[in-house]
Amino acid sequence: MSSGTPAPTDGQTVASTVVLGPAEIARALTRIAHEVLERNKGAADVVLLGIPTRGLPLARRLAERLVAVEPGLAGTDPDLLVGSLDVTMYRDDLAHHPTRSIGATQEPDGGLDGKVVVLVDDVLYSGRTIRAALDAISDLGRPRAVQLAALVDRGHRELPIRADYVGKNLPTSHTERVRVLLEEIDGRDAVLIEGDAAEGGAR
Amino acid sequence: MRHLLSAADLDLAEAVHVLDTAGQMAATQAREIKKLPTLRGRTVVNLFFEDSTRTRISFETAAKRLSADVINFSAKGSSVSKGESLKDTALTLQAMGADAVVIRHQSSGAPHTLARSGWTHGAVVNAGDGTHQHPTQALLDAYTLRRHLVGASGRDDVTGRDLAGLKVAIVGDVLHSRVARSNVQLLHTLGAQVTLVAPPTLVPVGVEAWPARVSYHLDEVVEEVQPDAIMMLRVQRERMSSAGGGFFPSPLEYTRGYGLDARRLAAMPEHAIVLHPGPMNRGLEISAEAADSPRAVIVEQVANGVAVRMAVLYLLLSGSGPEHRGGPGTSAGVPEGSLSTDETKVEA
Repeated sequence: MSSGTPAPTDGQTVASTVVLGPAEIARALTRIAHEVLERNKGAADVVLLGIPTRGLPLARRLAERLVAVEPGLAGTDPDLLVGSLDVTMYRDDLAHHPTRSIGATQEPDGGLDGKVVVLVDDVLYSGRTIRAALDAISDLGRPRAVQLAALVDRGHRELPIRADYVGKNLPTSHTERVRVLLEEIDGRDAVLIEGDAAEGGAR
Repeated sequence: MRHLLSAADLDLAEAVHVLDTAGQMAATQAREIKKLPTLRGRTVVNLFFEDSTRTRISFETAAKRLSADVINFSAKGSSVSKGESLKDTALTLQAMGADAVVIRHQSSGAPHTLARSGWTHGAVVNAGDGTHQHPTQALLDAYTLRRHLVGASGRDDVTGRDLAGLKVAIVGDVLHSRVARSNVQLLHTLGAQVTLVAPPTLVPVGVEAWPARVSYHLDEVVEEVQPDAIMMLRVQRERMSSAGGGFFPSPLEYTRGYGLDARRLAAMPEHAIVLHPGPMNRGLEISAEAADSPRAVIVEQVANGVAVRMAVLYLLLSGSGPEHRGGPGTSAGVPEGSLSTDETKVEA
């Protein structure tokens, strides 16, 4: 990881600082893939659940790396390891925000029972998304263990939740906004910090 | 969306969004645990002035699957039968903290009155009013059509797709049918071509203004239009006698002219499906062969009804809290022949 503390903003306009570039994101994901394999002594029972929108492509990339490092895994088809988990209907703040569109939930083929589920999300912030995800998982099945991988951990937790795998710890202030851009959705890979004192942190 | 009063309230994007949301809701209903915590703490009142067990159960199931509290209020045996007005009933529900009121009423426009009155701050869902509208029925029909007829007959992901190019025939008692009215509007919004087929006595005045073709001959429509779907409407038995208005000479004659039987089903395109809002009069508007044929999706419509109503309740009740729900509604105008006074006496 290269970059240091995010640059302060002038408090008037939205200034954005690139914190991670494509190479750093790729390196972080490769490291996380190795950590997943190491902690679980291989990946025989591991499935990855991406939280839409940007957790899903991250989960796919992680699966590709797992398959590349651990030959023979999932019949070498990374897609078999990946599912998506929409947590909208489990959120506790539905009444406080504009109506959210509900995304798709797709279990991996083998289901979740007895598996080690690695939740994948782009930014870990209050922890409320992950709380909702844990509720959603318990309605889908009973995994042996649930682990959490986040590309960026920006702090400010409101619940006793902690990531097992972190791409980059990013100390931020509440008024800043962390944006993750991914090739699959945004056309390029980057993690940005946008400071906007007037509006406050959005994530 | 604040209320759902009429199929005409939805534009194309909103209608597709409701169908997409219903698709996600339906996916959760295939799970072992069907209940979601989404609307926990919200209260949905089913306010039924007219008996309709199916629709009420469907709304009740939908609300309960989303963890809302459900209160069923039926006019029969309540103070309404003693002469209480819609206004006083609504004020009572408001005092009890209803977040949504699902209303079925025998008078066209009662849901509009409720939504525009300010008597309740909750969202109002029209579950059928008089001969006017039944928007969730139209949505579930559209959802069923999309599932079967769009995207390689339902094998592809149909999220975001409308019904452009589909040909739908709606057959039967169009005059008294809120299902037909809602469907004509919604199917038109979604891009489908609608043909109404009915005896001349059961075609409403002013139908020329509807975005649909009208025909009096079912055989001709089946032959020439080759519809992708045929939607049979229920014929109320009490309308058949001359005492009930004498809309057609005899049940047998109606069945000959407008009943869906095996012969007409065979003349339809192979992929065509059969819909019916239920309950069916077997042997009158639909023969047993047609009702039980594999192309009939009538039972599936019931299941889709729950998913669609879950979607509607989610879209109306999530989002902003009840504190944002104050003030009178902003919905479309009240239809002709609807309630106009504040104090509407309800006959149960």
